[in-house]
Amino acid sequence: MLVALLAACGRPPTVVLHPVDAPPPRLSDWGVVLADGRVLEFNAGVIPYDLNMPLFSDYALKLRSVWMPAGTSAQYREAREFEFPVGTILSKTFHYERAGERDGVPLDVVRADRESGLDADGHLDLDRYVLVETRLLVRYDDGWQALPYVWNDTQDEAFLELAGDVRSIRLNDGRERQPFVYVVPDANQCGGCHKPDHTAAKMRPLGPRAWQLNREYRYPDGLRNQVEYWSASGMLAGAPESLPGGVRWAAPGDASPEQRARAYLDANCAHCHNANGPADTSGLDLGIGAPLGRRYGVCKPPVAVGRGSGDRPYDIYPGRPDDSILVYRMAHSDPAIAMPELGRSTVHREGVELVRDWIAGLAGDC
Amino acid sequence: MDSEFQKQLQMQLIKAKPGDVITIPEGIHPINRGLSLNVSGVTLRGLGMDKSILSFKGQVQGAEGLLVNASDFTIEDLAIEDTAGDALKINEGRNIVIRRVRTEWTNGPDEKNGAYGIYPVQAENVLLEDSVAIGASDAGLYVGQSQNVVVRNNRVEFNVAGIEIENTVYADVHGNVARNNTGGILVFNMPDLPNPGHSTRVFDNEVVGNNTENFGAEGTPVASVPAGSGIVINSNDRVEIFNNVITDNNTANIIISSYFATGYQGTREVADDYDPYPETIYIYGNTLSGGGSAPDGLELKALKVAKFGLTGSFPDVLWDGYVNTDKSDEHGRLLPEFAICVDNDTAEVLNVDLGNGSEKIVIGDEQHRCTHERLPAVMLTAPLY
Repeated sequence: MLVALLAACGRPPTVVLHPVDAPPPRLSDWGVVLADGRVLEFNAGVIPYDLNMPLFSDYALKLRSVWMPAGTSAQYREAREFEFPVGTILSKTFHYERAGERDGVPLDVVRADRESGLDADGHLDLDRYVLVETRLLVRYDDGWQALPYVWNDTQDEAFLELAGDVRSIRLNDGRERQPFVYVVPDANQCGGCHKPDHTAAKMRPLGPRAWQLNREYRYPDGLRNQVEYWSASGMLAGAPESLPGGVRWAAPGDASPEQRARAYLDANCAHCHNANGPADTSGLDLGIGAPLGRRYGVCKPPVAVGRGSGDRPYDIYPGRPDDSILVYRMAHSDPAIAMPELGRSTVHREGVELVRDWIAGLAGDC
Repeated sequence: MDSEFQKQLQMQLIKAKPGDVITIPEGIHPINRGLSLNVSGVTLRGLGMDKSILSFKGQVQGAEGLLVNASDFTIEDLAIEDTAGDALKINEGRNIVIRRVRTEWTNGPDEKNGAYGIYPVQAENVLLEDSVAIGASDAGLYVGQSQNVVVRNNRVEFNVAGIEIENTVYADVHGNVARNNTGGILVFNMPDLPNPGHSTRVFDNEVVGNNTENFGAEGTPVASVPAGSGIVINSNDRVEIFNNVITDNNTANIIISSYFATGYQGTREVADDYDPYPETIYIYGNTLSGGGSAPDGLELKALKVAKFGLTGSFPDVLWDGYVNTDKSDEHGRLLPEFAICVDNDTAEVLNVDLGNGSEKIVIGDEQHRCTHERLPAVMLTAPLY
């Protein structure tokens, strides 16, 4: 119904793949994400998905989607992101649940550590949620392109802002209100995370990996495992019967503190802190497959740490979270100290707590 | 809100094509977020380091002022001021020219200043010249994990470390003026990094009066550098120090130390593949005077008074005395090829024997009266020459 309405207004009824050198100024021109100020939904053929362990982004809720040209499919890969066909469009819409009035400045939003607010019918209620930005990753012949779009106040259009943007937001958890500057990264900064191999310097999606997607999702026809759903619907080829397991942030079940912490650190740190990443200059590798030793930060003294060590001796000091640099940098929002360097202006309290508890329980000494 | 200039500059950086010259006009341009460049072959050019100023005072985002992930990059004739973190970081690039750039924290020495002024890391074929770095809470000019580097004719003042060459292979540091830093020029090797450094020549520099109290953040390695350090070699090999004027550095004009002496936390257990000892050091032809009269730190102070009296001074070269037993003889002296050689008029080495609680302090040991083969000059390759 909405789609038909939008089509009637001259918007594309189907997804449109624009040329690499001519990204449209309006998000609606892609026909992926459709919003009219009251509700957001995806176009036909655009499939929402969620990750087990998302990157923390100032408590924003994230709505993700994938679209691939008809007749194409992604190729399964075990260790890194799936190989997507040329023409793939991934979207990620950052939104919050509203806490105060619709037009308040700063924007008053609920501080909640949870998954996207998309309902079972595939609608996001814009009276309840406020859209901040939608980032697209589009696969062209020569690689991926990142495009940041920022939503307008009337919530019926988002505009391309290659230079990024800032927004004044207040996180409200019912007890306190925490104002902060939400930063939409510029197009270059997208590469700060999405070029996990700093030498190759190729933009890549980070989320759609086997362990990240291996979880249930509520589709219109019920709960299904995402990887199985993608395979069954022809979106994904080559997936094995047995998939690598992933810890779900929002529902960790019986995962151990170590499994949870390591999955968290992979999702939040390893795009830079891997053997070939931009932060290989530090000698720290927080990849989910990296051995839990010195290179993972255990008893590793800092190198070019600047103000970031907090006078703590090691990245990870077993049993002593208050002497661990990891915890110090996660618990700060000063740009000279905070890790990750991009993508957050606030502290992820629950993330800090998880890593702190894990380190507190680690046996051994340095 | 972002200024129009900021947005315009960001767009120029984002849309840059190889061969582009991006011009920074005259004026003080407020920038509140980190800038970055990911395209190779770009030149960023102002109208002078006192005319074209990017001011990051009040920066809300970004660990750097300008982050460059690209090769064939030239930046010249501009200033980057008051960034939250590093001023200019160049991560992994070839053929890098930094010329007549000033990085400064305008409030003077302060622990809250950003860490590094100009910071090429994992770079190759680097020319850093005629630049100025002031007020960095770590190093003013910091070359890390790089190869084939020339750092010349720069001025560094009121930083914790004026110039630091770290884990870098083939660096020439010459014609620079390092004044009023905590430590003037540092040549270091740190553990747990992909590659150790070696072969640095430090010559024709003025390293004078680097006595500013250490204002580095606690826990960062340079926070352990004593105020009054002229040239410091730590854990690095094949370092040559010659024809410098090194004067009035109150702890010592030259310090040679191992990783164990740094007082860093985390020195108890060193990574297997890390060589913590300074070896094959050659010091000659420097003009040395006035150093070592008022060392920083209680232990060094006490040692100075005990050995040289209230009005006396340390010799020009201070050595912690740690040696690798695999590379030394039965008397604990380094084998000739690894020796610390000082062939510099009357300059003497003070071995403070730190490894044995300073039990056997030695002055002017014969083992230092030696020479090494000279290191070759660094040859920058095309297109820098």
